[in-house]
Amino acid sequence: MNSAKERLVNGIVKENPTFVLMLGMCPTLAVTTSAVNGLGMGLTTMVVLALSNVFISLLRNIIPDKVRIPAFIVIIASFVTVVELLLQGYIPFLYDALGIYIPLIVVNCIILGRAEAYAYKNPVLPSLFDGIGMGLGFSVALTCIGAVRELLGAGEIFGIHVMPDSFVPVSIFIMAPGAFFVLALLTAIQNKVKINGEKKGKDMSRIQSGCGNDCMNCADAGCAHRLYDEKAGGTNGGQIKEGEKNG
Amino acid sequence: MVKELLVILIASSLVNNVVLSQFLGLCPFLGVSKKTDTATGMGVAVIFVITLASAVTGAIYQYILEPLDLKYLQTIVFILVIAALVQFVEMFLKKFMPALYQSLGVYLPLITTNCAVLGVALTNVQKEYGILTGIVNGFATAAGFTVSIVILAGIREKLKYNDIPESFQGMPIVLVTAGLMAIAFCGFSGLL
Repeated sequence: MNSAKERLVNGIVKENPTFVLMLGMCPTLAVTTSAVNGLGMGLTTMVVLALSNVFISLLRNIIPDKVRIPAFIVIIASFVTVVELLLQGYIPFLYDALGIYIPLIVVNCIILGRAEAYAYKNPVLPSLFDGIGMGLGFSVALTCIGAVRELLGAGEIFGIHVMPDSFVPVSIFIMAPGAFFVLALLTAIQNKVKINGEKKGKDMSRIQSGCGNDCMNCADAGCAHRLYDEKAGGTNGGQIKEGEKNG
Repeated sequence: MVKELLVILIASSLVNNVVLSQFLGLCPFLGVSKKTDTATGMGVAVIFVITLASAVTGAIYQYILEPLDLKYLQTIVFILVIAALVQFVEMFLKKFMPALYQSLGVYLPLITTNCAVLGVALTNVQKEYGILTGIVNGFATAAGFTVSIVILAGIREKLKYNDIPESFQGMPIVLVTAGLMAIAFCGFSGLL
């Protein structure tokens, strides 16, 4: 059970997808207008991530290497559809609040990244805990960001009024620009930590600056060089030729 | 009808800007906005792909998924169709229009999994747009993306010569810029 604990800690702290790896920025900015929405999105992503990790891990010896990315995508999209229908049926308020961002979990690079980097190479149980750990890390991050935005923008946390009456809500923080400012501060803090760490001679290469060009092709956090295997002389094999789906 | 389409055109490109108010397609927005000419190339490629994808997914939804009562499969079908479509367009351009491929080709693989493409296809379905309305919405959304990425690239080119605090160098200052742009784009909400 040690490895399970290690996976959980890894996901929540060491490789926190939001604070450390900077992945999945689109949903992070879009749904964190309140702590509840952030938590809901985080937990929804966690369920999809855990299920798809388990499934991909089970099928890892059956899926041919060449078509693994399209296969991952079909698996992920199926679970997203299942979760979407469940939310619509049982938690309609969350379904309404998250709206289009639920189906868009499909293109969240955390999920494909974990499939490629972990679940495809490891047994079922560690993959499950990896999914839960990463999902919890994502949930914690989204809830924190949501709470900060809600506190500044509406003077509330989880819908409970906490600020004194004299506090005038800075409503820009629950509007779109506020998301950019909060993320800007977050990345600045991350930069600072990285710079300080490097001055002390620590290895800070784990801290990443998020996805480069397309939402699923996330830097080096797993699915690296996926699109440009030939050109980059990719490390994880040059199997994905241009004629195949990029996913 | 024309008036309705015009409203969609303005609403999707400026008022509900896809990047600055809906946060879709953030990765290319932040990643490919270092120079104005690459940003323009990316923008044109996005317009091309999203418009085409809106047409194809709209047709598939209306003529296949709806009659067969398979609406719940939309997410799976759309992502696979979009991925295949982008591949196909890339091969088609390479074979028949090499000149166009030279200028757009490099951006095409980057767009495959851009959440803006899937986002637009899903929005079209959610708002029950017809095929034509969907195409207009797709074009307008992509045009909005192009406008904002070109503006951001222009600002970033100037930003290079400024003295920025150490911890704000790189991504943070770009995000602050994007936030200020988002405030500016809030001004468009009075248009409708």
